[in-house]
Amino acid sequence: MQELRKEKMSTLLEIKNLHAEVEGKQILKGLNLTVRAGEVHAIMGPNGAGKSTLAAVLSGKEGYTVTAGTALFDGADLFALEADERAKEGLFLAFQYPVEIPGVSNINFLRTAINEIRAYRKQEPVSAKDFMALVKEKSKLVELKDNLASRSVNEGFSGGEKKRNEIFQMAMLEPKLAILDETDSGLDIDALRIVASGVNKLKNAGNAIVVITHYQRLLDYIIPDFVHVLADGRIVKTGDKSLALELEEKGYDWINTAQKV
Amino acid sequence: MTTALVSEKLAAFIAPFEIPSNVFQKEAYDNLIQLDFPTTRNEYWKYTRVGKIQNSKLKIQKETKLTADVLKPFLSAANFIVLENGIFRADLSHISVEGVKVDVIKPAFISDETKFNSASQQHLFTALNATYFSELISISVAEKTVMNEALQLLVVTSGNAVFSNPRIVIDVHKYADAKFEASYVALNADGAFNNVVTAFFVAENAHVVYDKIQNENNPGFHISTEEVAQEKNSRFKINTMTLDGALVRNNINISVNGENCETHINGAVIAKETMHVDNHTFVNHRVPNCFSNENYKYVLDGKSTGVFNGRVIVQQHAQKINAYQKNANILLSDFAQINSKPELEIYADDVKCSHGSTTGQLDDDAVFYLQARGISKEKAKKLLVAAFIGEITEQISSDEVKKQVNRILAEKHDWML
Repeated sequence: MQELRKEKMSTLLEIKNLHAEVEGKQILKGLNLTVRAGEVHAIMGPNGAGKSTLAAVLSGKEGYTVTAGTALFDGADLFALEADERAKEGLFLAFQYPVEIPGVSNINFLRTAINEIRAYRKQEPVSAKDFMALVKEKSKLVELKDNLASRSVNEGFSGGEKKRNEIFQMAMLEPKLAILDETDSGLDIDALRIVASGVNKLKNAGNAIVVITHYQRLLDYIIPDFVHVLADGRIVKTGDKSLALELEEKGYDWINTAQKV
Repeated sequence: MTTALVSEKLAAFIAPFEIPSNVFQKEAYDNLIQLDFPTTRNEYWKYTRVGKIQNSKLKIQKETKLTADVLKPFLSAANFIVLENGIFRADLSHISVEGVKVDVIKPAFISDETKFNSASQQHLFTALNATYFSELISISVAEKTVMNEALQLLVVTSGNAVFSNPRIVIDVHKYADAKFEASYVALNADGAFNNVVTAFFVAENAHVVYDKIQNENNPGFHISTEEVAQEKNSRFKINTMTLDGALVRNNINISVNGENCETHINGAVIAKETMHVDNHTFVNHRVPNCFSNENYKYVLDGKSTGVFNGRVIVQQHAQKINAYQKNANILLSDFAQINSKPELEIYADDVKCSHGSTTGQLDDDAVFYLQARGISKEKAKKLLVAAFIGEITEQISSDEVKKQVNRILAEKHDWML
């Protein structure tokens, strides 16, 4: 009994039999995934497998309909929550394509976000001084220049800066579960290293990370505990980090063939 | 009555008002009665119906009753003049700026007719103003005067169903640098009609900045006309913020008479419920080598309606003109409406002119991005709307006025800034 409870406490995300569609088209077809605190999961798979749909469905983007299945996030029914409530509960999505928002400064937006999250958790708003100290500390983590923090959200940022800004926001918000949606796309090797090292510094025993990626490359830096292969809306294979290397070598067709056998 | 009235509608509207006896206004009256209320068949009133004004039973109020304490929340500058229904309240005003002089002239003493009889006598509302204004407020900024801080014109409409006709002439002499902020407020003035005429004479090498904040409570009608004449090497900038009012119509007519002038016209409209806000601007480039830039943004919610008509004429000999115009609109509800019309007439062949109009909704991806960071959908939308308008708000020169605007947006429109 004691064992069971301990196990349950540490489960952050439990997805069962998830079916979801976009514009009437079934994309996810019975996906199961359990993520516990302290773990890093990688989800890999060919184009159109449903990787980004999974990220969108979990983070609450409009236009995606869950047709069957459940997702418990730290014990709460994830699909009963609005997108912002999911963030307030500690879910974070690093966007594949971070949105440019002219006229809204990175700083103001983050301070608003943090204070809304704090209010949701019945905490006092963060003081301007503490907030700026936090910005300074966390922007170092991803080597984000000070002036980027005060500029409009992602406006005029290079691809690498946008991705670093995502991880900077992750650092500021300290989520329980972070989903990194193709954070490696569009990054050169240096930026990749910076982003990955930022993520690694944020990793601890109490949180978890789900890395969605096409390529093994990122996983050289963020070492996964589990690698899942998503194909045609379901997880068809799960292994350890060596699976990623195998995929890199043999391609996804190998999985498809293996499945059919 | 000396002359037979042409229009019955106009006759009914002006029936409660005394026919003026002084020379200036008698002449204006004779002109007025030749005119009529514009209908939507008139190109420049196509989207704005004035029936509600026309059918109002209004009164002209000569007595004043405002006290200093009620005005306090609206003050945003150290120097200010207060007009109550177009009447100068010396006792409530405070002007101590070197080189700036304010004169109040009763209509009976107006001699320089040409200067105050601006071109738009053919328009009903300016003609009404000329006929029924109580006092002419003449503000003069002497040569080479540099105003470090703005002079505030607090124009108050006070009393239900009053017909107020403020008439202001601002003379900025050579090499002067002048700043004004006009705040329009209505106090206990349901159904009142504020019909303003402001004339600017911007002399050679003079610079003028004019921030105009319209915050008259709904229901109330506001029609204002700015007549601007710019001489060579001058710079004129007007920022109009329309935040309230049942029916608001702004006419800005700028005649660029001298070379090397700069003209900036910015406007923001934040409307909800059944507000109707109409901006008609007209820049007449009569001479070469000038620059004009226009930027209007609307955020329309509820069943509100916006109208934008930006007219620019570049006359045949006015070569090397750069004239730019932009109008961008966000509709927050399915029932809000915008009618946008840029109007460029170019008769010169060596000019750079552009115009653009965009209308859309808030970017869903941006809303979701903010939501994904823990900001509620409603708050996310407000942040984005504030950012959209920010481009115009930033143009306001005084921080105090910016604060006022933000306060009004927070109170009236529940914005977060």
